[in-house]
Amino acid sequence: MYWDRDIETMERSALQRLQCERLAATLERAARAPYYRRLLEKTGVADVREPGDISRLPFTTKAELRNEFPYGFLAVPLTDVVRLHSSSGTTGNPTVIYHTKADIIAWQDLVARCMYMAGMRSSDVFQNIMGYGLFTGGLGFHYGAEKLGAMTIPVGPGNSKRQIWFMREFKTTAMHILPSYAMRLATHVKEMGLDPRTDLSVRMAFVGAEPHTEETRRRIEETWNIRAFNSYGLSEMCGPGVAFECPEQSGMHIWEDSFLAEIVEPDTGAPVPDGECGELVLTTLTRTGTPLLRYRTRDLTRIIPGPCPCGRTHRRIDRIRGRSDDMMIINGVNIFPLQVEQTLMRIPGIGSNYLIEIHEENFMDRLHVSVEMAADSFQGTLSQLEGLQSRVLAALRDETGVTPVVKLLEAGSLPAAEGKAVRVVDRRAQSGKGC
Amino acid sequence: MSVKQISVFLENKKGRLAEVAKTLSHEKINIRALSLADTADFGVLRIIVDNPDRSLTVLKTHGFVAQVTEVIAVEVEDRPGGLSRILEVLDQDNVNVEYMYAYVEKSRENAIVICRIDDRERALQILEKNGIATLSAEALKAL
Repeated sequence: MYWDRDIETMERSALQRLQCERLAATLERAARAPYYRRLLEKTGVADVREPGDISRLPFTTKAELRNEFPYGFLAVPLTDVVRLHSSSGTTGNPTVIYHTKADIIAWQDLVARCMYMAGMRSSDVFQNIMGYGLFTGGLGFHYGAEKLGAMTIPVGPGNSKRQIWFMREFKTTAMHILPSYAMRLATHVKEMGLDPRTDLSVRMAFVGAEPHTEETRRRIEETWNIRAFNSYGLSEMCGPGVAFECPEQSGMHIWEDSFLAEIVEPDTGAPVPDGECGELVLTTLTRTGTPLLRYRTRDLTRIIPGPCPCGRTHRRIDRIRGRSDDMMIINGVNIFPLQVEQTLMRIPGIGSNYLIEIHEENFMDRLHVSVEMAADSFQGTLSQLEGLQSRVLAALRDETGVTPVVKLLEAGSLPAAEGKAVRVVDRRAQSGKGC
Repeated sequence: MSVKQISVFLENKKGRLAEVAKTLSHEKINIRALSLADTADFGVLRIIVDNPDRSLTVLKTHGFVAQVTEVIAVEVEDRPGGLSRILEVLDQDNVNVEYMYAYVEKSRENAIVICRIDDRERALQILEKNGIATLSAEALKAL
């Protein structure tokens, strides 16, 4: 029932002692990274006796990760690094995380722990329907499943026909999938004349990478006749494996031997008590390549107070309720409105007014970008307009990795930007609404 | 001789075409010919009016994306083969017609088509050489 009984059921007091030791070691390691060396020289290394002492350190944000590109957060010689993961896009510097061999091993063990906790065993056939590559979701689960010992099918996302073929031929029992795609894939199964509840062998799914509601999870479970487990992670930590649901399906255990979690008030940074919603702030406790101190995840959640009936002592976080910044999550892909704006403004013939809308179509998110054309660039031909439309589409696709629906508007059709114009409208029924 | 056509960019939005017509009608501008090219998302309205310069100003002040395109008004014999002959003549000299549309005219012997051609000067020479008449803006207005 436990992947690592000693760690998973460790007494709270022992767990806190372990956190303290690891935090002290993390601070030492972090001080080898140029950014933290400068910071700690200024503020002085905090005397850490208990995990709460960490609040004396300043936060780390995505902005610092970007500004310190490429090696400002690297705490080991580059020769010790075996892999990097990076955010996509070309607007501003990407955020890059470097992993040593030890980091990769620790990460795959964490993911294996998550999958084992949810009930996956080495006899399972695991189909990984997530993107491989720079995105951590695919590789993170892949290595975790191999570590656990399950036969892993690294099929990646998309191509529903092929997904279903693998499921039937190899009797897939567990899958890792975006919640939105789980619903759409079920409709494809039905279109092929099959019943996802009875004609397939899938018994469990790991769903994550995009916020979703309890209702969506229940719908996935109902449609497939499976159990679906919520997964939480972010590439700045390692990727998946940060927090995960146990069979109780009542909150995600955050692995406190590996991460020090705080919940803070997003505006002031002040800590909020357990049970109250705020922004999740994480400190890595074992990572060697890129240790991060008090990293602002911008994800809004709360600590669920009280012990879990499953016996694990690691505290649980609630499902993510939204973001404290303007990042959009489109089918699991993270996009900032600024990326869209900067891409549009580089295209000649495009005006400065635009509107981003996120719709839900057939269980998938769809990014709609409406943009005004510059009044004086019109040449009177349809081909010019079509060319402009496809240039905008290609540029946005290259920047974000998502294919948007682009609409060219007459100049002046969008409300003029007075003060802070509303440029993003989320029309999804289940979008995170914040705390 | 070429004439001025007004091209207007239109989103595919209900009532947009009606607004162009209304805007021009308020200014007592008469639309003499019109064509609409569209895709699923947007369209381009092309019009020949009795006062193109004022039309452009009026449309722009009303927030439309509009511009002027030089086109040719060609006289076409109103009988079978009339249009075919003109196109043949242009084709022989490799002049490509981007688009064309008919000009509405009552009680005249000949019909008129509006042609948009990239190489307008050469097209005019070819037409003239072959005895095909084109109309000036003034002639068109006087009709």
